[in-house]
Amino acid sequence: MSYFKKSPWIIHYDGSSCNGCDIEVLACLTPMYDVERFGIVNTGNPKHADIFVITGSVNEQNIEVVKNIYHQMPNPKVVVAVGICATSGGVFRECYNVMGGVDKVLPVDVYVPGCAARPEAIIDGIVKAIGILEKKRKEMDEKG
Amino acid sequence: MELLYGLIYLVAAPVAGGLLTGLDRKVSARMQGRVGPPLLQPFYDVMKHFQKEKVVVAKIQNVFVLGYLLFMAFTGALFFSGGDILLVIFAMTLSHVFLVLGAYSTNSPYSFIGAERELVQMMAFEPMVILAAAGMYLATGSFYVSDIAGTGKALALLLPGLLLGFLYVLAFKLRKSPFDISSSRHAHQEIVKGITTEFTGSTLGRVEIAEWYELVLMLGFVYLFFGWSPPLALVAVALAYFLELVVDNSFPRLKWPFAVKSSWVAALALGMTNVAVLWYFARGVV
Repeated sequence: MSYFKKSPWIIHYDGSSCNGCDIEVLACLTPMYDVERFGIVNTGNPKHADIFVITGSVNEQNIEVVKNIYHQMPNPKVVVAVGICATSGGVFRECYNVMGGVDKVLPVDVYVPGCAARPEAIIDGIVKAIGILEKKRKEMDEKG
Repeated sequence: MELLYGLIYLVAAPVAGGLLTGLDRKVSARMQGRVGPPLLQPFYDVMKHFQKEKVVVAKIQNVFVLGYLLFMAFTGALFFSGGDILLVIFAMTLSHVFLVLGAYSTNSPYSFIGAERELVQMMAFEPMVILAAAGMYLATGSFYVSDIAGTGKALALLLPGLLLGFLYVLAFKLRKSPFDISSSRHAHQEIVKGITTEFTGSTLGRVEIAEWYELVLMLGFVYLFFGWSPPLALVAVALAYFLELVVDNSFPRLKWPFAVKSSWVAALALGMTNVAVLWYFARGVV
């Protein structure tokens, strides 16, 4: 039996977000939505995390940071791009320093569009991510 | 018979500790107006840790963490089989030294700060516990846990200062706010995860299991103060744990210098006074 479904831990990183999506991500932890009832914990430590939640687009400054966090996470891991900026670059797409969406740098598993993404949408995205996490765990087992 | 209690502890303490931790998370969530995770959540977390990929910074860290777990289990087994309470305290210190060494061996700045703070925590905790052991010896004439628990004397009434002082420093051992300075529980992340920053997967799982052992051991210490009446003792243990949760949820984390100073002041003011008074009367009365 796999326990990833019951205890997905999240690391949240703010790329170059306007903080709109970050507030919505944190809103998921409040009594209103309380994602801890699904065992979801916002760890802040990539080495303990299973799900990498990125808000905001990737730019020249943080590209190394994003890669570093991703590589520090032990397998299985999934990446969730929250908000339209993380999905495609959004309104900042044409900026000289913006690379675009997170998928320019990392293999993104779930896209949660919205400006800002609503907490319900974020929770929905995380639930999808948990399914992918399970699948990746199975693949890991098959490989041995 | 006493050996049997030790064996029961080895098997049952992780289960009881995990359930208590689950209860802790549930009650804390309710205090914050949330629903909270299921009661078995700590077990799900640990099982998941064992299913994660093993990423190790320095191989020696696994040996140290295993040492932490084994010595913590040994400490508790010694306590519950009625062993010498001083030996229990020293074995507990040793197990924490293993954890600190494990964190040092990873060469990460965050776990380094966490390890330093863990040493600070030990420094804050030890004087009070040794004083408590000394007070129990004065009151019962024995350092053996079995004798202390079996004594008919009302230890909590003889040692009220030591009991209060012990409850004060208990927050260090349970890693509760305002004294959760070495590893960030809850949302405080200024040192990432402190001492456990570099522990992943099964290593992290072992740290958590060791903490469950420790939780049960610490509640066992509280039990000793009320050993003359087991039903009362169980109520007292439950109350003490609930008190820790209330304090945990109502106070922000303190800076470490204040944490150490205040715990020493508590140990001196409450503990030493209690021991001094007891020593004075013990010569004729008790």
